[in-house]
Amino acid sequence: MSFCVYTFNPAAMLTENAPILPKTERSFDTKSITLTVNGKPRELNVMPWVSLLDALREYIGLTGTKKGCDHGQCGACTVLCDGKRILSCLTLATMKEGAEITTIEGIAPSDTDLHPLQKAFIENDAFQCGYCTPGQICSAIGMLQEGKAHSREEVKELMSGNLCRCGANVYIIDAIMEGIK
Amino acid sequence: MKETSYNPQLSRRKFISNLGCLTISFSLIGTDWAEAKPKIVEENLPGALRRQPRLDAWLEVLGDGRVRVLIGKMELGQGVRTAIAQVAAEELDLALNQIEVHLAETERTPNEGYTAGSGSMENTAMSVRYAAAFARQKLLEMAARRWQTESDQLTMANGVVSRKGKKQTLRFAQLLNGAQLEGEVKLPVKLKSPETYRYVGKAIPRTDIEQMVRAQALYVQDLRMPGMVHARVVRPPVYGSKLLSFDEQAFASKAPDLLKTVIDGTFLAVVAADEYQAVLARQSALEHARWSSATPLPEGQDLAQYIRGFPAKSQKVKEQGTTEALDQKDGKTVKASYFKPYQMHGSIGPSCGVALYKEGTLHVWSHSQGIYPFRDALAKMLGLEAEKVHVIGVPGSGCYGHNGADDAATDAALVAMAMPGTPIRLQWMREDEHAWEPYGSAMGMEAEARLDDTGKISHWRYSVWSDGHSNRPGGNPGNLLAAWHLDKPFPQPSMGYFGGGYRNSEPYYDIPNLKIDAHAFEGPLRVSSLRSLGAYANIFAIESLMDELAEKARQDPLDFRLAHSTDERAIAVMKKLGKMIENEKNGPNEGIGLAFSRYKNVASYCAVAAKVAVDKNSGEVKVLGLWAALDAGQVINLDGVINQTEGCLIQATSWTLKEEVGFGQQQISTRDWTSYPIMRYTEVPKVQVVVIDHPELEPLGAGEAAQAPTAAALVNAIYRASGKRIRNLPVKSVDEVG
Ligand code: FES
Ligand code: FES
Repeated sequence: MSFCVYTFNPAAMLTENAPILPKTERSFDTKSITLTVNGKPRELNVMPWVSLLDALREYIGLTGTKKGCDHGQCGACTVLCDGKRILSCLTLATMKEGAEITTIEGIAPSDTDLHPLQKAFIENDAFQCGYCTPGQICSAIGMLQEGKAHSREEVKELMSGNLCRCGANVYIIDAIMEGIK
Repeated sequence: MKETSYNPQLSRRKFISNLGCLTISFSLIGTDWAEAKPKIVEENLPGALRRQPRLDAWLEVLGDGRVRVLIGKMELGQGVRTAIAQVAAEELDLALNQIEVHLAETERTPNEGYTAGSGSMENTAMSVRYAAAFARQKLLEMAARRWQTESDQLTMANGVVSRKGKKQTLRFAQLLNGAQLEGEVKLPVKLKSPETYRYVGKAIPRTDIEQMVRAQALYVQDLRMPGMVHARVVRPPVYGSKLLSFDEQAFASKAPDLLKTVIDGTFLAVVAADEYQAVLARQSALEHARWSSATPLPEGQDLAQYIRGFPAKSQKVKEQGTTEALDQKDGKTVKASYFKPYQMHGSIGPSCGVALYKEGTLHVWSHSQGIYPFRDALAKMLGLEAEKVHVIGVPGSGCYGHNGADDAATDAALVAMAMPGTPIRLQWMREDEHAWEPYGSAMGMEAEARLDDTGKISHWRYSVWSDGHSNRPGGNPGNLLAAWHLDKPFPQPSMGYFGGGYRNSEPYYDIPNLKIDAHAFEGPLRVSSLRSLGAYANIFAIESLMDELAEKARQDPLDFRLAHSTDERAIAVMKKLGKMIENEKNGPNEGIGLAFSRYKNVASYCAVAAKVAVDKNSGEVKVLGLWAALDAGQVINLDGVINQTEGCLIQATSWTLKEEVGFGQQQISTRDWTSYPIMRYTEVPKVQVVVIDHPELEPLGAGEAAQAPTAAALVNAIYRASGKRIRNLPVKSVDEVG
């Protein structure tokens, strides 16, 4: 039995098939690009200065990647681009033509299973508000793939671009250390 | 657990009857929980329940036997949803997933004022506990009547009532079958005894956590609606600066895809279909706006002195015995001044509001900490009836007090009123957040004390200077930022809640003669409540002086504190802390410091230790370890309490070592994470938290308890490591140490 008739259901708006936001006629030239996002090819018409972050959040409707500062200072917008972690707020969407982008939404193998690092975050209670979490997880996956982190101190060094204002840092490192083992 | 969303077309009453929800209602008469001193919970009714006595305000038994709990609190990253579900499931013999928790929404959930860390658990959880326990009793009575037996012949589990020794069962839904459950609470309500707890006190993972790691839509920043457009606000350079002129024509030619410019006095906002277009339009609008200069901010002044120069309203907080002895010039009085700067909440997600004005009603989605007081302020500002403003609480990123949430929602509402029918999403830029959020006040403290011949404190005198600590909306439009800027502005009320300034200004120690004074000033920067309010600065000062006194008395700092303590629970956390660090050894240039406080002197007990290393040459401080022993009364969710306490320790360390709002004459200068740095991973020490559970006592809330003692523990550790006493925060400057 369903109890609520949602007029506005944000969750429903966020499925992969969510309607793209209304676009007015634009007087700027747009550029057509193709990105592979979480395994799916996406064709987008974007203005040349649109950041990858905005392209993901506003054009594709993947709001998991967060906007924290838009200036490369907090790490909340971290995604994986061809397996490497990048700050999507500092990256122009048009520069990533043909690239393979993985966002937090594409990290779990399925709806019923999670990525080991997602599980480690849960097991280690590695959040409070969770706003920094997508960036932390993507950054950590990228870092682990770089293969440079072996010790706790190295992890701290290599994760230092990701801020957490809630102070969940200790548990986040615990979670990542599990990923290294 | 299912998320619910609001349907504006249905009123609350209609909503319930249409959907077959069952309403349980009763009124109640009780003693005043708030005034009662802590005792076994069965004897009193919780304050929030007294203020909002109808059970249907708190609980709905749903058609499928699940129970929806309605609370007026917001999720602020403290896991309130899970904690509430634990309490309700416990008393109603339900499984955790049979509880649905509906958070803050006007006209839908109880008016619980604000969600502040230390209040959430206490009142709300206790109210839900009583409501759920009472509902259980009623359900059993109904079943007993149905089967013509006694309640004690029945059992309840997972939403099913069964008859002992018989095969008869009834689900809640069958049992109620469209009927109304009515009644009044008669004390005592029979609560579950702690020994039988299945959920309460256990470390239960938060239900929102899988949503977090999958990054499903949880935050107001992620709300998306059909037809929604994006807005940005264009603020003046500084407080008091006014919009002199705005070249709309020239601006429009530079921002061709603009949907709307909203100007009302100095309030200026731009709207576009795409978020980035709105960002560009804002940038361009800044170039086409001329602003007046404002009364200069006190750039370059020694703030510690400056804030004492204001005309202050003084009040005596406490006086006991006489304190003249402190004035004797015999070298037995220890005296010191302390300072804490303006500091910011610095939420990681810039504040955001979504608003829609449709058919005469304004719907606002906000991460406000107090939906009702915000609703009232907003309605007054807009000249709407309160019922015509519908505020839905949606989580934002962690806020740690009154940040820009209400202001961003107000900005969105102003734009929505100018564009009826269109959902407006307005997010602040990072620099809006850093420059316009209400900060935690700068504070000055002066403390002096005297030891008697036995090495005990005989006299204590303390003064604190502070601006107010809450300018939350409180139904007053003058507390909404945009309201100052309107053509018909609402002036900012002169002084907010000052009580926060002297919070914890009285030492929680046994001292025969003492005098505490508080001086309220109105400073140059916008201020409001920041986690733990004045307790952080007051405990920093008190516990620093305690350390100096211990040294003068040639006593171990822990023993010295214990010698001045009479409260068993205070003694227990301090001893616990002592045990936790007993095997820690200091290397060269390393030191351990500790501090204690009982939050607000009536809530949780917390003792904190810090271990630091101070570089001899550079003076750089490295925190090596933090330990906390906490007694927060009854623990509802152990994981949550530990997690929050760790967060407190890290955040307070960041405040203490690094943070200070900076300004020039005509602007706040700390407008990003480079100019206002916070702690990074490389600076994060190892942390250990131990919680002393008291299942037999009431829960006290753990959200802020560790914040206050952390600063003093750190500076005391720095003293041990380097011989330098830090009395001005932040520690930041290596020179002060080196
Ligand atoms: S949003 Fe990209 S680093 Fe902050
Ligand atoms: S969990 Fe809130 S910012 Fe990291």
